[in-house]
Amino acid sequence: MASFWAKEVPATIIVAALLIWIMPMMIGTYTLTVLLIYGMLGFSLGLIWGFGGILCFGQAAFFGLGAYTYAIAAINIGDSTIPMLLAVLVPAAFAALLGAMMFYGRLTDVYLGVITLVVTLILFKFISSTAGPEYVIGKARLGGFNGIPGFQTLNVPGRPNDYIYGDPYFYFCAVLLLIVYLLVSWLLKSSFGRVAVGIRENEVRVALMGYDVSARKTVLFAIGAAIAGLAGGLFANWGEIVTPNLFSLGQSAEIIIWCIVGGLGTRIGPIVGAAGLAYLKFLLGQQSMIDNTLLTGIILVLFVLFLPKGLVPAIASLWRISFGQRRQLPRHGARRIRSGGARHG
Amino acid sequence: MAEIVLETAGLTMRFGGVVATDNVDFKLRAGELRCLIGPNGAGKSTFFKCVTGLLTPTGGQVFMRGHETTGWNPRQVAALGVGIKTQVPNLMDGLDVHENIWMAARRFLPMQDAMRKASEVIERLALGPIARTELGRLAHGERQRVELGLVVAGDPWLVLLDEPAAGMSADDVERMSDIIREMTRTAAVVIVEHDMQFIRSIASTVTVFHQGAVLMEDHVDRVMADPTVRNVYLGKKA
Amino acid sequence: MDLVFVIIVEMLYAVASLVLISAGLAIVFGMMKIINLAHGEFMMMGGYVTITAVTLGANVFVAMLIIAPVVVGLIGLVVERLVIRHLYGRLVDTMLATWGLSLFFIGLATMIFGNTTTGISTPISGFTVGNYQVNGYNFFIILIAIVLLGLMYAVLKGTRLGLIARGAMQLPDMAAALGYSPERIYMATFFCGSALSGLAGAILAPLVGLVPTSGGAYIAKAFITVIAGGPSLITGLMASSGLFGFISQIFTFAVSPVMGEVALLVAAVVLLRLLPQGVTGKFFRGRL
Repeated sequence: MASFWAKEVPATIIVAALLIWIMPMMIGTYTLTVLLIYGMLGFSLGLIWGFGGILCFGQAAFFGLGAYTYAIAAINIGDSTIPMLLAVLVPAAFAALLGAMMFYGRLTDVYLGVITLVVTLILFKFISSTAGPEYVIGKARLGGFNGIPGFQTLNVPGRPNDYIYGDPYFYFCAVLLLIVYLLVSWLLKSSFGRVAVGIRENEVRVALMGYDVSARKTVLFAIGAAIAGLAGGLFANWGEIVTPNLFSLGQSAEIIIWCIVGGLGTRIGPIVGAAGLAYLKFLLGQQSMIDNTLLTGIILVLFVLFLPKGLVPAIASLWRISFGQRRQLPRHGARRIRSGGARHG
Repeated sequence: MAEIVLETAGLTMRFGGVVATDNVDFKLRAGELRCLIGPNGAGKSTFFKCVTGLLTPTGGQVFMRGHETTGWNPRQVAALGVGIKTQVPNLMDGLDVHENIWMAARRFLPMQDAMRKASEVIERLALGPIARTELGRLAHGERQRVELGLVVAGDPWLVLLDEPAAGMSADDVERMSDIIREMTRTAAVVIVEHDMQFIRSIASTVTVFHQGAVLMEDHVDRVMADPTVRNVYLGKKA
Repeated sequence: MDLVFVIIVEMLYAVASLVLISAGLAIVFGMMKIINLAHGEFMMMGGYVTITAVTLGANVFVAMLIIAPVVVGLIGLVVERLVIRHLYGRLVDTMLATWGLSLFFIGLATMIFGNTTTGISTPISGFTVGNYQVNGYNFFIILIAIVLLGLMYAVLKGTRLGLIARGAMQLPDMAAALGYSPERIYMATFFCGSALSGLAGAILAPLVGLVPTSGGAYIAKAFITVIAGGPSLITGLMASSGLFGFISQIFTFAVSPVMGEVALLVAAVVLLRLLPQGVTGKFFRGRL
């Protein structure tokens, strides 16, 4: 713990500050902002999947819920501060309920996948069908497929006319991501985080030690949803419109791909995977030779087959081999993480 | 006489038409070391699972230090301060020995105390040289020993072990008996075991299961000499 | 009276289409314990194959019942050889890899056919019952579903191949020890599963406007029907299709088609919470 505050925190802040300073010289801040947001979204799944062994096929549900919560609350309230908080709290509460239902029912693996996937679909179908004028929350019309445009975007707290947009918004998102990153790092160093990893490794054993596995998984799941919701709220501000596509299965698939490509069981992997692949998609979007979806699909298949641990662990072990540091290789094979909870006995 | 720490009354477990454990009354006092033996299918493992909460018995009751624990899940049982080792090794393979044991200690102790406790257990079980090796890379005997370490780290007053000596070498078994004997200084211990050598070496009272019921309960030497036991247990084995 | 008849037909049709949608996935999951998330895209390809064959002059029934299953089955075979066989026994990895495949096929179809809606007209005309119009094609789908279930039962129960397959399903190592190569059984199974997916896609194609992303509409339904069905292949398929078809139709009539879909999904969540092993994990144990 001591080395965490003395070394890791300052080091992370310095690296982050350098990146925040350098990156805008290479990529426009508007694009960078969304990359950061996706990074945060990838990070949210990376936390619960990579460290908790919970494979959620519906992380997009919390992202979309955060975005919609923000949009609806912003229209009704006007000032952006409370909506932003709600964008974190509502998905977290929703995830806590859903998680409690699943984890106290001891659903694992495929069943967890089915339920999270289905819940995402329900939200998608429901929100898509709300085109009629009867679907109103306060002053906000849900708008079906067209989504909700024209809500109050981020402002200085208490001063609704001082908008935060453009470059300042980029810095705002960057600092938020840094804070979330540090908080999660601290969480993983804490007893809670370490027991969560224990649960990923062997749920039965942790239960036999007397820990309440269901409660712990539920809490972790809700924390992941809170981060995804925050990303959703930020995304709503960036795009200035929310649509049902935020909930779509395609979005969920992408989050999973980010995590695999970046590397599960690492903190930085899912962030790098998300930002990297989203940027790649942005670059590919400017050509029409090869279909984007096709490439995403190939990337996923190739990674599952040939580099199941993901980029960051692979590069890290390459680094260690070439520079001969006598440290242990990364311990947690991604393959085992992915099927966490499958053990019997 | 010492306090009764574990008691079952009429414990019964049916699987469909099969009665695996039939109306078992069982008492264990503080500081006692008890082995459960019996041929395959005698019901000892089912009994063990009902007591630890891995199975919910279809009839009867379980009491631990006066709490009725019938139908509790293993977590609740463990949270009472009961150390459990299942038949299949249950360990966190991706974590090292120290982390495994620390986690067991952390359940009942604050962070720093748990650290001290883990180091202490590691020393006591002679796991020092492999303390930073992850479990997935250890040999079977070492893994069994680490699992005992997990049980010890929680400072249990009741220890339930399902076949702790299974598949171990003679050296390992000997070391295991030492550890278990040491456990009995602070806890009552129940062991489900096949290995008669091992049971003799810890020289305990033995409860013999046969066809779901308790056949007899006595010191290991007298049990071994008993003709009925020889018949159902050893006779079948030979 | 007319209304009752129409409702019954609609109900049966809903159940039958769930059976069709899920059969291919059920076989692959039941026998190989693999969730093929590209199942929806296999169906989508079945649809495109049919439409292409019909535009090239093939008879529509030949296209649907023969060409589409064979072509998609062969595609499945290629997929099995290239990807799936490296991932046996790794449930989650196969899910991820097949999800990647699903995206790949969507992209491929978009490049070939473009992102526009295509379709063919239903080859069987409708008729009226009293004041209601009934789609004649619905009967065809009900019929196909019944034949399909019967065929699956007959093959599994009555043939040597079915016996080997059932054996491999229970104990793959044992089947291997008896000299049946699990690899070949898996190949054959995946071919059959893919062919069934192609068949389902082909048969449903006239009812929907086909776009490259059409598969997405099927996969979730098929996925939950199969998982909710539980370990018994045919009984589970029938039970969960029946249940979900019934529930979704009730809500479709009572509220709206969207609510029908939502009700189906909610029912699935509730069901899995109550019976985590699926319907046949609790009831009808040991059936096929």
